[in-house]
Amino acid sequence: MSVDVAGPLLPLVPLLLGLIGLALPPGDGDRNRRRLAAGIGVTGAAVALLLAFRLVLDPAQSSDGWDTGLTLAVIGDLEVRFSTLVDAAAAYVALAVTAVALCVQIYSITYLHDDPRYAPYAAQVSLFTGAMLLVVAGSDLILMLIGWEVMGACSYLLIGHDRRLPEAPAAAVKAFLVTRIGDIGFLLGIAVLVADAKSTYLPDVLAHDYSPGTLTAALLLILAGVAGKSAQFPLHTWLPDAMAGPTPISALIHAATMVAAGVYVVFRLFPLYAQSPAALATLAVMASVTILIGALSATAQDDLKRVLAWSTVSQIGYMTGALAVGSPAAALFHLLTHAAFKALLFLAAGAVIHAVGTNLLSRMGGLRPHMPVTFWSFAIGLGALAGLPPLSGFWSKENVLTAAAHATEGGETAPAWAAWLVWLAALLSVGVTAWYATRLFLRAFFGPSRAPGPYGPAWEVGFDDARYQVPAAPHDPPAPMRWPLILLAIPAALLGLAAFAPGFRTALELDDPHLGVAVALPMLLLATGAGTAWWLWWAVPGADPALALGRAGPFLAAGFRLDDVQHRLVVRPAEALARWATTGDTRIVDAAVMGTGTGTSRAGDALKEAHRLPLPAAAVAVCAAALLLGAIAWWGA
Amino acid sequence: MYRDYVEPAWSAPQLLLIALLLVPALGAIVVALAPAARSRLVAGAFATVTFVLSVLPILMRPNDFGWFAYGPADRPPLVPWIDLDLPWVPALGLEFHLGVDGVSYPLIVLTGLLTALCCAYTKKKGLAALLLVLEVGVLGTFLALDLILFFLFFEVVLLPMYAVIAGWGGPNRRAAARKFVLYTLAGSVLLLLGVLLVVTKAGTGDLILLTGSPHLDRTTQYAAFALLAVAFAVKAPLWPLHTWLPDAHTEAPTVGSVILAGVLLKMGTYGLIRVGLGVAPDGAAWASPVLGILAVIAIIVGALICLRQTELKRLIAYSSVGHMGFVLLGIATLSVAGIQAALLGNIAHGLITGLLFFLAGTIKDRAGTGSLNQLSGLRETAPRLAALLGFAAIASLGLPGLAGFWGEAFAVIAAVDRGGPFWLTLAAVAAIGGALTAAYFLRLLRRVTHGPATPEVRSLSPAITGTEWLAWSPLILLTLAIGVAPALVLSDTAQPLTTLLGIRP
Repeated sequence: MSVDVAGPLLPLVPLLLGLIGLALPPGDGDRNRRRLAAGIGVTGAAVALLLAFRLVLDPAQSSDGWDTGLTLAVIGDLEVRFSTLVDAAAAYVALAVTAVALCVQIYSITYLHDDPRYAPYAAQVSLFTGAMLLVVAGSDLILMLIGWEVMGACSYLLIGHDRRLPEAPAAAVKAFLVTRIGDIGFLLGIAVLVADAKSTYLPDVLAHDYSPGTLTAALLLILAGVAGKSAQFPLHTWLPDAMAGPTPISALIHAATMVAAGVYVVFRLFPLYAQSPAALATLAVMASVTILIGALSATAQDDLKRVLAWSTVSQIGYMTGALAVGSPAAALFHLLTHAAFKALLFLAAGAVIHAVGTNLLSRMGGLRPHMPVTFWSFAIGLGALAGLPPLSGFWSKENVLTAAAHATEGGETAPAWAAWLVWLAALLSVGVTAWYATRLFLRAFFGPSRAPGPYGPAWEVGFDDARYQVPAAPHDPPAPMRWPLILLAIPAALLGLAAFAPGFRTALELDDPHLGVAVALPMLLLATGAGTAWWLWWAVPGADPALALGRAGPFLAAGFRLDDVQHRLVVRPAEALARWATTGDTRIVDAAVMGTGTGTSRAGDALKEAHRLPLPAAAVAVCAAALLLGAIAWWGA
Repeated sequence: MYRDYVEPAWSAPQLLLIALLLVPALGAIVVALAPAARSRLVAGAFATVTFVLSVLPILMRPNDFGWFAYGPADRPPLVPWIDLDLPWVPALGLEFHLGVDGVSYPLIVLTGLLTALCCAYTKKKGLAALLLVLEVGVLGTFLALDLILFFLFFEVVLLPMYAVIAGWGGPNRRAAARKFVLYTLAGSVLLLLGVLLVVTKAGTGDLILLTGSPHLDRTTQYAAFALLAVAFAVKAPLWPLHTWLPDAHTEAPTVGSVILAGVLLKMGTYGLIRVGLGVAPDGAAWASPVLGILAVIAIIVGALICLRQTELKRLIAYSSVGHMGFVLLGIATLSVAGIQAALLGNIAHGLITGLLFFLAGTIKDRAGTGSLNQLSGLRETAPRLAALLGFAAIASLGLPGLAGFWGEAFAVIAAVDRGGPFWLTLAAVAAIGGALTAAYFLRLLRRVTHGPATPEVRSLSPAITGTEWLAWSPLILLTLAIGVAPALVLSDTAQPLTTLLGIRP
């Protein structure tokens, strides 16, 4: 199969199967129907994975292509085509996306075994994957925009999937709206790029010569969209709340789709960003703030999934930071390793939640002997997250730090101060990451069990309260949930070593790995962070190390209270405006219309009354009118 | 003479145009006379035949349309696919001049489709007959290539719609119907003035002759465009001339709302493109900033008002104000891209809002209430209905890949393309309006589909009948199809639009 066929098929297969899946009749009970839905979902992801493999082996060259696309619309002088360009980097990202999607599909069959709405769920996961692949593969900016927004809608549907969680609908709406606010900028940015280049085709846009002002404006606008999708400050607030979605969906959103899309789009447009110091400096500030906010907020969470969610915010900050200091290769490398270890962590978290029936770390503990597979998954995932050598995260994080340190010497597009900012934030946060990873690990798997008493857990997993029985002792998940963990653990552990493989390195245009003295500093911080967490845990048995944060704890747990700020600055003004608009509409605009109607009726009534005058008065009126008319006639003549 | 009169030897395409008007007219009479038990079948048959006829003009489309189809300067540059020109009342300069081209064709098909679906959907005899009468007026408006004829058809629509609302509407139907008819009549007076002004000054009402050729001096164009624009703005409706719409929609029966939103509003935007731009291009250029500002206000205000609505149908009605704002913004840019976006927006709004009104009407009828405070948890009791509502709402908020996206995104892109701080600001504000649109539709979904089921929702029957599937599935499929391939609508619009805008190749 040639690239011309495999490229377009890559997003089309999951999208089409997703649409077919949505058209399946709903309802539970029928096992065949369920099996069909699962089959369609898994097939979509598996075929896409094979196609991605095919494309990794033989990616398209950037000179290929425009003519192969199918014209969707000619609007004005813009021609929108369904055209794809899967170069080496895109192929690797597609591989990561499809691998994670396949794991999520298989895992979900068991995780949602008692959910009557499994069929639309599986179809939406397919759509989600297809939309992400559209962003990855598409070489038309409008096509990317389509994939970009369809992902937003899918995330909305999937986050709001759980009918038993009262917070799920609100979290879903928040995810869609916050990203949509960013997308205002994304649409406008694309509009500026496209209108100036008179083409929607990506290579044409990249080759176009923009004036610096236009370019910076467009790129900053696009950054707004990137901040929304990739959960960057100040639009990151939706991501922790999105934990209301089923755990496999969290894996999908955090590892493969959605949050990776923003980083990928900047990567894809990097030739333009490389021309704009202002845009890169903005990105650097955004990234630094995000890295620190994410890492610090993760320290105080009690919800297992929320720790992971905040860690994603922080890790995506590393990627945007790498982009900001002019190293798209390091960003992409971290994206790939992060996809592996974050998917692993979330699926393993699902296994923990499945076993103990709660999200809360304060009700876990002592799980290690009961769940060895999950334990080791967590060990590898958290190690990679913290950057422990030789796990994958170590290598990619080293790359980011090296790139930032290199850029502090100047000579890059981004100003040196921005590089210093990224470097400092990234370095500090290595220690913080090690601290919260260690805390999570110790609180969940070591020490005595803090499972709730004989009356059962307060929060049950699964979708049918009546049927679910808490297992007597926590145990590893059944095979369809266990195998995805084992499979994902391999890249999470070893993907970093791929940096030594020349083929991979040239595909990503990655620098040669070199371990110099510079590694010592992050390793020292890592050891300090992990050691402090361990010491706090060990010194006071049973106490949460986060208590050491003191009064900062609740503040950090609430994510720096940025939700309140957002509520005050955006939600309330919008509500007030809506109130005024409605009042204005009824009191002024419509009242004017109704007033005209009433006024006309009144005037009619008055005239009617005038015609009912008694005879003498009427005679006077007639004479007066005659006089008046006569006067006018005389005056006019 | 500018034209050779070819005596009655009519070609088949010309007969098709006549049939497009005659079949529904005949259908209306037959339905009115037929026994009530058979009315649905008869009305459905006539409407389906009309729909099939409305699709046929695509076969008559000349193949080699292109820039080089332009002849010497004395030939009229606007070349309809089918052209039928008969003298009617020569004393008034009135000709029976009909035609189809790429601009009107999608709207004609949309009219045929929605009327057929509505006729198949409703069981009420009188309503079905009135729908067919409405169809005659709407099709005539889209077909007319003579200004006075255009005005006549434009007016034919008014009274049947009044009767539909007043006869089969909700509890406040009389007031709503009266407001609708008086408001739009006031607009029609302005339209009549504008039409007469153009016809007397130019000496002809032939739209082909008037389009793209300078018959009118600048001042007349300004006056004519002002009159026409206000008249069409009432119909479209453009803020602040929209207040008849929510009342009419809330009270109208389901099919009435579908036709009103799906087709009747398009007469305003179509008129603005075909008549306003075509006849008075200088006037349009003069007024376009004002039009742009009003369009953007409509987008924002419409969305903000929607955020506060508590009645299902009223919310959807106000959403039309915002959507038509995007359409008018596209028109206001006076660029081919902008007007193509407007045409796409027209069709998309017709399909999606039609579907939304079908669904809202069904939910309201079954639950016995349209209040958002009493509707909740629809996905618990009626998952299919909730899924369809979700689809329609997500389509309506302009999700890419569905029909609504192209019109809105390209209206914004066209405004950016126009350049300059003024249009960039308009584009930015319109894009913000897009986010607000998402906000109110998600609020609607959260209220209606999520959460625990209320007693009203628990009591409604979840099944979707065959008739309902029949009426809804074409809308769903077309929303998807146009979302994926907007070329379906735009295939042959570039050439007539360049002519309309007076851009010489």
